Amino acid sequence: MPPTIPTPHSFTLTIDGQDVTATVGQSILQVANEHHVEIPTLCYLDGLSVWGGCRLCMVQIVGQARLVAACATAATEDMQVVTQSPQLHDYRQTILQMLFAERNHICSICVANGHCELQSWGQKLGVDHIDLPYRYPDLDVDSSHPRFRLDHNRCILCTRCVRVCDEIEGAHTLDVMGRGIQNMIIHDLNEPWGDSTTCTSCGKCVHVCPTGALSEKGTSVAEMVKRRQFLPYLTVMREAK
Amino acid sequence: MAAGEKPKLATAWLEGCSGCHMSFLDMDERLIDLAGLVEIVSSPYVDYKAWPEHIDITLIEGGIGSEEDLHKALELRRRSKLLVSFGDCAVTGNVPTLRNTYTIAEIMKHAYEETAVNRIDDAERPYPTQYVPALRRQVTPVHAVVPVDVFLPGCPPPADAIFFLVTELLAGRKPTTTDFTRFGK
Repeated sequence: MPPTIPTPHSFTLTIDGQDVTATVGQSILQVANEHHVEIPTLCYLDGLSVWGGCRLCMVQIVGQARLVAACATAATEDMQVVTQSPQLHDYRQTILQMLFAERNHICSICVANGHCELQSWGQKLGVDHIDLPYRYPDLDVDSSHPRFRLDHNRCILCTRCVRVCDEIEGAHTLDVMGRGIQNMIIHDLNEPWGDSTTCTSCGKCVHVCPTGALSEKGTSVAEMVKRRQFLPYLTVMREAK
Repeated sequence: MAAGEKPKLATAWLEGCSGCHMSFLDMDERLIDLAGLVEIVSSPYVDYKAWPEHIDITLIEGGIGSEEDLHKALELRRRSKLLVSFGDCAVTGNVPTLRNTYTIAEIMKHAYEETAVNRIDDAERPYPTQYVPALRRQVTPVHAVVPVDVFLPGCPPPADAIFFLVTELLAGRKPTTTDFTRFGK
């Protein structure tokens, strides 16, 4: 009987021309992060399931016409990934501009000013103005919870809060309702947060939120610093059991 | 610009709080250097308010909130070689856009009746319509009404960013301002 050749657990691919090693099952984004190649992300958060909704992490695969989301695409052997190009830069700037124009992001008076991922990616990727017309939608702020606040004006619908509530806390209080431009984060069956019978008031949603959409009450402009240390910790501890 | 003349710099204050102009003053002793480099032709800082026909660099603070703002933006664009959106209100609309989800009638009622200390309920004394410019339906960034050459975000942009921007423009370059400032800075 011929000896069986074991399936290799690791393989090589290139990211921006550099040879990198990956293990089976890793996404392009995970491999890039391990090798200190920065790919912009917004909906992705280490420790939560992959959503692939914001499209900021789009990369090019040599030989493929379509761009792919690095967070939601498995790395494969001999894949040639390009993370930076004028086209990708252009697309990423446009995505950020669409997010800024969609709702009322007024950085100067936001609780998350200086601690916001949308704001900092805007700066890093050179978004110095928004070419698209602003929509100025009339949106609610839900302050009914005794400790936390949901400001729909600052929400980019990344669904990190929905995922952390479901996957880590196990409460699934948060979800999304409505289609397209009507898409909105809701509590339970679209009830005020303060009336929720499923919310455990753990605050995980507040701290994974990349913007000022979810905040702790009592914070003023630029005071809402997000603490996410718990997430990789909880994820690792659960995997280790 | 004739030989021997200094480039002309103008600044204008539309719908904003004048914080960007305050930050300009925060350049402190560098203002003396700047005074040697440019001639300030029109600005809230100086006495002459009329604009010359040709301006080299114009910094506009504030968004377009009234008919007067629109008129100023159009005129300054026509006269300026380089038009700079100076600060978040000019670049994004910023705080004044908070009124954009309300109608003008709602805003007037709120300002002149609901929040007035001495409430005007006399029909003989309507809302002001003379000597004050009419509000536009929504506040918009400057580049929504005229083409803008350079954007300097920040609320307000730091003095270092303003000095860098103006000196770079005078040197004939267009700097990347996001290295120094950002929305809400």
